[in-house]
Amino acid sequence: MSRRIRWNGAALAVVMGGALAAGCGAPGGDAPQPEATSASLSAAPTCGTAPVTLNAYIETGFPLPKELSTEFSKQYPNVKWNIREDQFAVITQNAPRVLADDPPDLMRLPQVSELVKNNLLKNLDGYAKAFGWDSWPASQLEQMRLAPGGKTRGEGSLYAMGLNFSMTGVFYNKKLAAKIGMSSPPATLAELDDALAKAKSAGITPIAQFNGGATGGLAFPLQDLMAAYGPPGPINDWIYQKQGATIDTPSNLDATRHLQKWIKGGYFWKDVNAVDYATMMSRFIKGDGLFMFNGDWESGNLDKQMPGDVGFFLMPPAQQGGKQAAMSAPLTYGISSRAKNADCAAFFLNWVATDPKAREIGVKVGGSHPMGPADAPMPEVAKDTVTASTLAAGAKIAEDNGAMDFIANATGAIYAKSWTPQLQKLVAGQQTPEELLKSVQSDYTSQVGGS
Amino acid sequence: MTRPTLRSNESVEGAGGRRKRSSARAAGLRTPGWVAWLFVAPALIVYAVFVLRPIALTVQYSMYRWDGIGTSTWAGLGNYVKVFTDPDLFASILNAVKLIVFFSVIPVVLSLAIASTIRRIATSRLALVARTVLFLPQVIPLVAAGIAWSWLLSSTGLVNQLLRWAGLGGVARAWLGDFSTALPAVGVIGAWVLLGLCTILLLSGMSKIDPALYEAARMDGAGPLREFVSITVPSLRQEIGVCVTVTVIAALASFDIVYVSTQGGPGNATMVPGLEIYYLAFTERQVGMASALAVVLMVLVLLVALPIQWLTKDRSS
Repeated sequence: MSRRIRWNGAALAVVMGGALAAGCGAPGGDAPQPEATSASLSAAPTCGTAPVTLNAYIETGFPLPKELSTEFSKQYPNVKWNIREDQFAVITQNAPRVLADDPPDLMRLPQVSELVKNNLLKNLDGYAKAFGWDSWPASQLEQMRLAPGGKTRGEGSLYAMGLNFSMTGVFYNKKLAAKIGMSSPPATLAELDDALAKAKSAGITPIAQFNGGATGGLAFPLQDLMAAYGPPGPINDWIYQKQGATIDTPSNLDATRHLQKWIKGGYFWKDVNAVDYATMMSRFIKGDGLFMFNGDWESGNLDKQMPGDVGFFLMPPAQQGGKQAAMSAPLTYGISSRAKNADCAAFFLNWVATDPKAREIGVKVGGSHPMGPADAPMPEVAKDTVTASTLAAGAKIAEDNGAMDFIANATGAIYAKSWTPQLQKLVAGQQTPEELLKSVQSDYTSQVGGS
Repeated sequence: MTRPTLRSNESVEGAGGRRKRSSARAAGLRTPGWVAWLFVAPALIVYAVFVLRPIALTVQYSMYRWDGIGTSTWAGLGNYVKVFTDPDLFASILNAVKLIVFFSVIPVVLSLAIASTIRRIATSRLALVARTVLFLPQVIPLVAAGIAWSWLLSSTGLVNQLLRWAGLGGVARAWLGDFSTALPAVGVIGAWVLLGLCTILLLSGMSKIDPALYEAARMDGAGPLREFVSITVPSLRQEIGVCVTVTVIAALASFDIVYVSTQGGPGNATMVPGLEIYYLAFTERQVGMASALAVVLMVLVLLVALPIQWLTKDRSS
């Protein structure tokens, strides 16, 4: 009796579960259909005069988008904002679902390839033409262009816009630099090596960097070294998933060996594999570490926390006077393909890049270079601040055509699943530079070919 | 983590008595069968929608290649083949098995010793304090515990400060960032969390052991150790069974502690299936692979938990 009941129950469970699941057929397919072409606009769109509420989904912890939205509402009082905030990691994980189910007018975006593949983002070509974005320096928008199908980046239609674009390089503690007799930033890689060795023998940690958890921060110095040893073009091709691109090149191998030399020289903290980004920042601000490979999103913060004590320089080239390169990426925002107020959102993005007040907020609050035409007015910045030197670095990179995307952005999984564990193994002496690059390349090939 | 309800013989007997009475009443009134279904329906529907349906969907998804949004393609058992052949995925399952030592063996053995010690001083205030302190980790959210422990275990944390103070500075290291110590360090956090649960379970089990048994043993000249081995442990068979089951499941399905303290690093040294499923589904967007690994994990938990249940079943009733 009791056995029969149990079997009845089990059968019931199977039937109910099966019935509930069977209703669905093969999973997926609820993504929007592709737009035939981007509609061409007769005139640049505006937010009109009727009341509009823009739905925005932004990254928490960074005041820039909120300050911009407040200023925008001041200038265009008919526009109100409904803002939702999350950490970037949360946005990354939820982006496709949010864009499909609860489409925001404006959203902070992670890597865009797969969003474009599933037709979740609005094609911005029409707006670019109407507003004249295509006459801006091409490198500003390059990372947000995708070839049809969403696979190869760096060419094709525009699918996102930046609120500004950030610049990476090397920060240094001026007080510690004075102790080792470093009066000006190193001009070549050899000079940088020399400064590192001097710091080490003076008992100063040469490089403050993070490499713990799921974010391998040694990718920053590694990519800078790659750009010192070779041109940035092939690195970008690899990140953009261009046909036949590889990261396993002789010059990248030299760069990885150089990084290994720094590790073996004890130039990083001994516990670097347990240091996360926040710990790195607090240690550097406390004065532990001469150099730090990081980006200008920290300029404002460092100007406030260590006023006058921090300098910034671009990664020096291998040869004196050589071209310089840096990881530089727009702070990407996109418009959902199902957005209700796409025109108004596009108007806002154009306003951020062209309105003088908005550009000033972009520099003062965001600490990074605003988007927009090359001859657009630049806000005044006090000369001896880090912000001033990062802005100047932006100009140099533009001149050298040295902007690179980040090697961690090549595919959705390459950072957490390949670069990070491989770099952690390199620190622990469990991986060789040769095998590191081979392993990352083989993961890349399977991810690019597989999806 | 599941928190099992404590069960004592008393309540089981009570339920049995009630059942007898109600079945007698049912025989008199002849309630039609569908009324019973009506009462069960709300719970059953919730169970079906929130437990059975997700399980069925997971099994279904595991047969497809799918990024969670776009169209999916049929993959058959391909995802399962990959779970067992991809060295990274298989290594995560091995790590979970290693964690059983820390999450299960250590807490159960230690809590047996602690519970019998506390029982001896049961009436003193110290026993109350000890119980509270040991149970505290169960009250603290695991995320908070993970953060606190990652501070303790950091290179400048309390653990290393104590080591340096004791002249063992050479041993000091970033415990969670070192390839050889990261997994054991995560295990220690788990042991700390689960020790209290086991201790309380065993203590409640001990309270129902007939004191006359101990008296009789003492008259026969048994020492404390003999009492422990011959009376305490056999009487606690069921409670130990619950402890082992719960802790083994916690080890195999671990996620929160690892996610907060190491995120699977350094270099996959602490990667466990729970975390891998999360990365596969939300970072790599391989919903099919993630589902396949989840199904494998579920089967693995059942394969381990069912024999334990069978071994520790109370055969006297």
